Amino acid sequence: MSLIANLLLGGIFHAAVLFLVAAGLQLVFGVQKIVNLACGSFYALGAYFGITLVTLAMNFGLPAWLLLPILLVAGVLMAAVGPPIERLLRTVYDRDESFQLLLTFALVLMFQDVLRLVWGANPQSLNNVHLVYGKLTWGDLSVPVYNLLVIAAAGATAFFISLFLRRTNYGRLLRATAENRAMAEALGVNVRSVYAVVFTLGTMLGTVGGALVVPTSAASLDMAIEFVIEAFAVVVIGGLGSMPGALVGALLVGLIRAASLVVYPEFEILAIYVIVIAVLLFRPSGLLGKAAT
Amino acid sequence: MRGATAMIVAAGVVALGLVPVLAPPFYANLLIPFFGYAIALLGFNLLFGYTGLLSFGHAMFLGLGAYGAAVMAGENGIKSFEVVLLGVALAGALVALPIGLLCVRFIGIFFGMLTLAFGMLTHAILFKFYHLTGGDSGMRVPRMNILGLEFQAYNKIELLAGPFYYYCLGLLVLCGLVMWRIVHSPFGLHLRALSNNAQKAEYLGVRVYQFRLAAFVISAIYGAIGGAILGFRIGLADPEIVHWTHSGHLVFMTVLGGFSSFLGPIAGALALTLLQDQLQSITPYWRFILGAVLAAVVIFLPRGLAGIAGTGAALAKRRAAA
Repeated sequence: MSLIANLLLGGIFHAAVLFLVAAGLQLVFGVQKIVNLACGSFYALGAYFGITLVTLAMNFGLPAWLLLPILLVAGVLMAAVGPPIERLLRTVYDRDESFQLLLTFALVLMFQDVLRLVWGANPQSLNNVHLVYGKLTWGDLSVPVYNLLVIAAAGATAFFISLFLRRTNYGRLLRATAENRAMAEALGVNVRSVYAVVFTLGTMLGTVGGALVVPTSAASLDMAIEFVIEAFAVVVIGGLGSMPGALVGALLVGLIRAASLVVYPEFEILAIYVIVIAVLLFRPSGLLGKAAT
Repeated sequence: MRGATAMIVAAGVVALGLVPVLAPPFYANLLIPFFGYAIALLGFNLLFGYTGLLSFGHAMFLGLGAYGAAVMAGENGIKSFEVVLLGVALAGALVALPIGLLCVRFIGIFFGMLTLAFGMLTHAILFKFYHLTGGDSGMRVPRMNILGLEFQAYNKIELLAGPFYYYCLGLLVLCGLVMWRIVHSPFGLHLRALSNNAQKAEYLGVRVYQFRLAAFVISAIYGAIGGAILGFRIGLADPEIVHWTHSGHLVFMTVLGGFSSFLGPIAGALALTLLQDQLQSITPYWRFILGAVLAAVVIFLPRGLAGIAGTGAALAKRRAAA
């Protein structure tokens, strides 16, 4: 019983982080129509910088309970790579989507080495600092409070993104641009600045996701190219460009991974691809997406 | 244009043929993967350049070729490389048929994502089913005979830099000629027509779905042959060969050389093989430079190296006319 609950919580924690990165992917795809392969690299960047900043802060003698805020700050700071990259992508907005995909692949290659240059080739981790918030114990079920905080943070992010997109003026501008770029531009929306803002926001969701995951698992060079595939699975399952889709997709992928770990470990990552393919074949628009073109 | 292409090909074949004679064995050995990639890219470009379908999972067929060679030669003791090539080509077609049936219903980004998913599914299978595929340590590809000759007097390096090198060169020429026939046949014209405007092509009687499928299957056969060469050279088939980043490298080579020309992808494979080797000897951060090169090509040279050559030829012609 407690085993199942533990797995469930593990799956939801994974889903929470996945959701953040996938939400960034969705935002960028929804508005700019670019599939950003480099979102995994943003995730890795956030993770590495999170470790650096937390280590720095601890050396300065800041109290350990500041862990979560420090990680959030690390993620937000790293979003600074967004605007220059958006400037680079601007050169291919009017080109075929294969060029856009390739340019983001070029970014993946470059990030791989930037991370290696700055942080070295060995995986890095924070030793169990996340236990500073203690553990919640309930019978023989025990879960670090940090994990619950991250789940809550992801939930709050989902809530605020939807509020922002639906209720604020700027959110309406974003949705209008996503719907019809030419018409939005004709009506006076500054599409250039909208794109810059959207891409930076998307980057931030990725870097924050990476920063939040790092107390529980190590940061490694491979995480960039592995995680982008999972995030990509999430958006395909949920539906390209759909925010609620990202939430549903992340939960599905997170829980499937957790479940297959008990049932049949070989099937772990396989199960996700099988579902991705099934969704693409039978509902190419995704579970909650609009009709594909 | 045909005359010019024939001359470039002849010059290229002569130059490549001289490499084992003039250069140290290291360079001939270095160029073996180039032959593998060049053959695979001939097929890949039928799909991408001519049919307009960008696959981000094409490395799965290279993996099929390498693992196919490992299974046939390593586990079943088939020592003839020709039989292995025929076997993996057949396997490539058989595997590509059902996958293609599903994938070519889509175009654009959805086709790319579906092929990416199939590629990573293959990666997961190779990686996870340890007892069948050796997991991350892969499967051994033993030495095979070529044209029935054992070359027992040669060690592996000598074999690769000598007989096997010329064998691959011949295979590339052969595959190139076949592909040249394919793209200049009515079939090739159909592909280009449906790539430009699928609706109009369909209206004119082109069976869009069937032709896309045929292009997919042919490209898979070429990929499997290229993969078998890669496997022979390394002596190992491991899961990384089907990883999506490897598929990305295939696209990289194609775009670097220029996907709108017949010879472009081959030039791209050669350029990337040499560039990567040079960079790796200079700096551990060669990936960054490769990424920067790719970004520059995408932004400034969308038609790749072949685009530069084409512009140069056009300028020369204009100057000659003036």
